[in-house]
Amino acid sequence: MKKNVSLLVFLLLGIFVLTGSVFAKGFTIGMVVKNLGNPFMDACGKGGQEACELLGNTLIFQGPATPTVEGQIEIIENLIAQKVDAICVTANDFDALVPVLKKAMANNIKVVSFDSAVNPEGRIVHVNQADAEQIGKLQVQAIAEMIGYEGEIAILSAGATMTNQNTWIAYMKEELKDPKYAKMNLVTIVYGDDLRDKSYNEAMGLFKSYPNLKGIISPTTVGVSAAAKAITDAGLVGKIKLTGLGLPSEMAEWIHNGACEAMFLWNPIDLGYLAAYVAGLLCDGTITGKEGEQFSAGRMGDYTITKAGDGGTEVLLGPPFRFDRSNIDEWKNVY
Amino acid sequence: MVSRSSSPTVVLRLRGFRELGIIIFIVLISLVIGARNPRFLTWGNLHDMLLDTAILSILAVGMMLVLVTGGIDLSAESGLALTGMVAGMVIKAHPHLSPLFMLFLGLGLGSLLGALTGVIVAWGRVLPIIATLSMMYVYRGITFIISGGKWINAYEMPDSFKEMATGRLLGFSNLITIALLVYLVFYYFIYHTRTGREIYAVGSNLEAARIIGIDTTFITWLVYTLSGALYGLSGVMWVARYASAQNDTATGFVMTIVAACVLGGVSITGGVGSLFGVLLGSVTIGIINNALPMVRISPFWKMALQGIIILVAVMVNILITQSVERAQRRRRNEEI
Repeated sequence: MKKNVSLLVFLLLGIFVLTGSVFAKGFTIGMVVKNLGNPFMDACGKGGQEACELLGNTLIFQGPATPTVEGQIEIIENLIAQKVDAICVTANDFDALVPVLKKAMANNIKVVSFDSAVNPEGRIVHVNQADAEQIGKLQVQAIAEMIGYEGEIAILSAGATMTNQNTWIAYMKEELKDPKYAKMNLVTIVYGDDLRDKSYNEAMGLFKSYPNLKGIISPTTVGVSAAAKAITDAGLVGKIKLTGLGLPSEMAEWIHNGACEAMFLWNPIDLGYLAAYVAGLLCDGTITGKEGEQFSAGRMGDYTITKAGDGGTEVLLGPPFRFDRSNIDEWKNVY
Repeated sequence: MVSRSSSPTVVLRLRGFRELGIIIFIVLISLVIGARNPRFLTWGNLHDMLLDTAILSILAVGMMLVLVTGGIDLSAESGLALTGMVAGMVIKAHPHLSPLFMLFLGLGLGSLLGALTGVIVAWGRVLPIIATLSMMYVYRGITFIISGGKWINAYEMPDSFKEMATGRLLGFSNLITIALLVYLVFYYFIYHTRTGREIYAVGSNLEAARIIGIDTTFITWLVYTLSGALYGLSGVMWVARYASAQNDTATGFVMTIVAACVLGGVSITGGVGSLFGVLLGSVTIGIINNALPMVRISPFWKMALQGIIILVAVMVNILITQSVERAQRRRRNEEI
């Protein structure tokens, strides 16, 4: 008797779950980030949540504890088993996620990569922060203004093998060829591996190896704040200028004390919003991810799908946002 | 034995000789780097280098005590991150707290973490490498949980706390002064207290130590607790120094700590290790970290060079220690 009751309960529960998923309003979108506990990634999730609420979809926000490919594969396998309708992923590796994402697409799951792309084979469309050329150029223009278009500059990057860093640096070098920067000289590129202590030491090393150094560009969040701390500690505020890509919460202190007059970052809330929005539109069939398609993304306005440098298609978020003394206080509590 | 106690000057000289290898190495590498970049040998840079070494050298003392008993404490790096995060959160919520109080908070919390690891190793009889590897993940996990994945940033910390790391006392950074105090306290503890000597006895021969009545379980527990106290202290110093408490603070740093100990002549198999050696080992790592960014070479070479320098330093050290020991043995035989 007892057995039958529990069986019945299970059966009812099963039916409830099944019908629940069939009749639920909206789509389920899984967002897989590089790692949990990263303020930037959390902000992406916040934006994704906002877009999903607007479209009546449900967001599942997940990521591995450390930024590994293995962790992401496991999570995506799980999402496939849960039969989600779409997956937005910011990839820890350009190629390694392709097999599992192909499996997802074979199960009729719409795959969107954002922030850090996956190979076009493993996605329908990519939502890119801003184009690499613009990111590279803006930082060179900013440092040039700060140092008066004259003097030695250096770059403090993250890892020597990181694709995004190297692409931006390539565009920085491209921009520096312009005659208006003729009196500026890029003396070296050093790597802090996104470790706070190493980045700090590399920045200190720059001051000592290049006594005439006027400016540093650090296109990485850990690097730029470690460099700001090093400039402050070495008493070089005002003597060595700094710009780069940084998190407002981390940089607030250094923007206020003058170690860094201005720095840039795309808005991760908007990035997550756009990624989740695109995923929603793919699910309801408004767009298919082909080049030339146009759509409107809620509060963000109108977008067109364009051809990406890697052969696939992408949506560009827009130019990076500039943070300086005038606006840092509104943003430091956001992300 | 008789010859040692009868002529203290010889003993002193020989103890100095033991670390001769690493001293020669430090002088050599300083000259080479100084030739490439003269600013390396300035007082300002020397101070920066010592400042860089301060936290590492404190961590190395704790690690040395554990290594001397034949164990290892892999949880040091995440214990540091956890105490650092707690310190960051406490100072954010109560900015009026004095930096001195924060240091003691770190010591206390670290001791608790270390004591827990110690219980698992000493009474639980779990292999140190397994127990501390597990605790490494446990403490890292707790760091993520209590912080909710959020970082504590520079603007959320009061100036008094950050100035603890940038401030100076008699021309030396406070962090260096703290490290010196730690070394003084531990010098007394290791060389002049019964318990301190018992640590070495346990590491040289566990069975013999037990037979002569040393509470080996307690000593084992004690070294992990002391290691905890020191990484707790270091956690607070780290957060103040970089003005940022992150979840991934010091990831992978435990290898640097062990390297500093090994460079300083500490034996991984237990029983051997001196405070002076560990200090020199930490300084060597400090020199490498500080000098490599100043020599203007390709970043890929830097990585390889770091490994090569450590390898050469260890080899030079072993060779010289061996020849000193041979000379010692000869002299002892002659005297007998």
